[in-house]
Amino acid sequence: MSSREESERIHSAALASAVAAAARTRRYGSWYVAEHRFRVMGTYAQTVLFTAIGSPLVYLYAMGVGLASLVDGNVGANALTGVSYLVFLAPALLASSAIAVASEEFTYPIMLGLKWNPTFFGMNASAIQPGQVINGLVISVAARMLLTCAIYYVFMLVFGAVPGALGIVAVLVALLTGLSFGVLVMAYTITLKDDTGQLAMVQRLIVLPMTLFSGTFFPLTLLPPYLQWIGWISPLWHGTELSRVFAYGMSEPLWLSLVHVLYLTALLAIGWIWCRRLTVRRLNK
Amino acid sequence: MPETVIVTQNLVKRYQNFVAVDGIDFEVAAGESFGLLGPNGAGKSTTMRMIGAVSTRTSGDLSVLGLDPDRYGPEIRAQLGVVPQENNLDLELKVRENLLVYGRYFGLPRARVARRADELLEFAQLEDKATAKVDDLSGGMKRRLTIARALINDPRLLLLDEPTTGLDPQARHILWDRLFRLKEQGTTLLLTTHYMDEAEQLCDRLVVIDQGRIMAEGSPAELIRRYSSREVLEVRFGSTQNAEAAGRLHGYGERIDVLPDRILVYSTSGEKELERMTAAGLRPITSLVRRSSLEDVFLRLTGRNLIE
Repeated sequence: MSSREESERIHSAALASAVAAAARTRRYGSWYVAEHRFRVMGTYAQTVLFTAIGSPLVYLYAMGVGLASLVDGNVGANALTGVSYLVFLAPALLASSAIAVASEEFTYPIMLGLKWNPTFFGMNASAIQPGQVINGLVISVAARMLLTCAIYYVFMLVFGAVPGALGIVAVLVALLTGLSFGVLVMAYTITLKDDTGQLAMVQRLIVLPMTLFSGTFFPLTLLPPYLQWIGWISPLWHGTELSRVFAYGMSEPLWLSLVHVLYLTALLAIGWIWCRRLTVRRLNK
Repeated sequence: MPETVIVTQNLVKRYQNFVAVDGIDFEVAAGESFGLLGPNGAGKSTTMRMIGAVSTRTSGDLSVLGLDPDRYGPEIRAQLGVVPQENNLDLELKVRENLLVYGRYFGLPRARVARRADELLEFAQLEDKATAKVDDLSGGMKRRLTIARALINDPRLLLLDEPTTGLDPQARHILWDRLFRLKEQGTTLLLTTHYMDEAEQLCDRLVVIDQGRIMAEGSPAELIRRYSSREVLEVRFGSTQNAEAAGRLHGYGERIDVLPDRILVYSTSGEKELERMTAAGLRPITSLVRRSSLEDVFLRLTGRNLIE
């Protein structure tokens, strides 16, 4: 055998065993990352459950029942798109709960993994690829979000806030809403070299105003026209409107419902791809 | 002929206007323990990251375990163990859990990872700490846990970036002992260090790197033979008289180096040089005869100390 043949033989043998060693990780790596994240979430499982149960209880009661008696008493029941205030508000709160999970899980934990306790670099040093780190994060947060929204939905049923037969679909809409916003927040977090208050700013200057101007507590059309654009670009508004269609059959042209779905899906896709690219740059120096 | 696990040819890494690695060539054979010795900022860690397939080279050739890291990153990393300079253990998880989650990254079945985790906790002398929080471990224990984690996939090549930096002497010795065992078992080690004693203890062969370039290559003993003398006499005359005394030491030893606080005389016999000095009426405040070390090699090659 010539030395060239010999070296090719060694190369192909090395390649075959290497391909076998990495095959499972190439296929399931994202799930391995999610597995790791679930274990980490397990360390604060009590907080996850407490907020998942506590917030629907508090918000549905305080606003859907308390505030509702004021609203229904003053503007008359069924003044808001033809239903009681509780029924009007509940799908919006459901979508907001997904946003709350997103803004918690896609900010500080990302900064933690990239900087304060750089576990993402540890993952990247194994057979895992940067894109799989992102996929695993999205999968694990989606699971927490789904659990939170499902619990919310159960409370909505208990409060009698879901007259629509297709109400359960609102849970999936909330999930889509939370993730589409979440990947954008995550992309922003990945670009930060350090947190000198920017993440708190996301809460105060983006999440909170978005909740106020997305048709959550009153229809967007009640806002002056020059403020309504905030709702149109807000994933929360699109999610809330779509949720209402399923939760109580709010009437809306079909094309608008399709726009909601397309807009949220597009944000999710763009944000997700963007996160993957930013992470490659951040982890592979 | 033993298999070659790492080959670098004219390897370069450039960041905008800064050249971190400036054309280095070396080869590491299977079973060898190979060191990159150099001061901070010499390009050791950058080289390590390129070999670890987490940093793309700017130019040159690189083959790790017979594969090109640009094309086969996950395939190479699947067979590596990596001990980074900065610990990146998951502080939110317990000691044993860190091994469990990491083992899964290599696609290993849960039962096998669990078995291997227990073996490695024993190897790292951390059995009693299995359910402890990582944050509660000492620096040396964290380092040992990181090494245990790097071994979870039975790697063919173990990369260690400054494995004992920041540890106290006792912790360093425990760590060296563990690494020595791995070496005896035939694990290929590639380590960076700026400690000469570490390089002498652990490396069969090493390259001295400074400013992204290789200054010399060989075994510790070879390098000392080639670039230094058998012994070194260190004399101090006090900071004010150092320079004047140096002027009178011409012709002593094979060579002398004048440092701000002391003068080094390189010779086959330090004692003889000291006797000559005393006979000539030179009275150093302190004197010390020692074996030549890699520090002397580095000083000779670069005109600078390793730790500045």
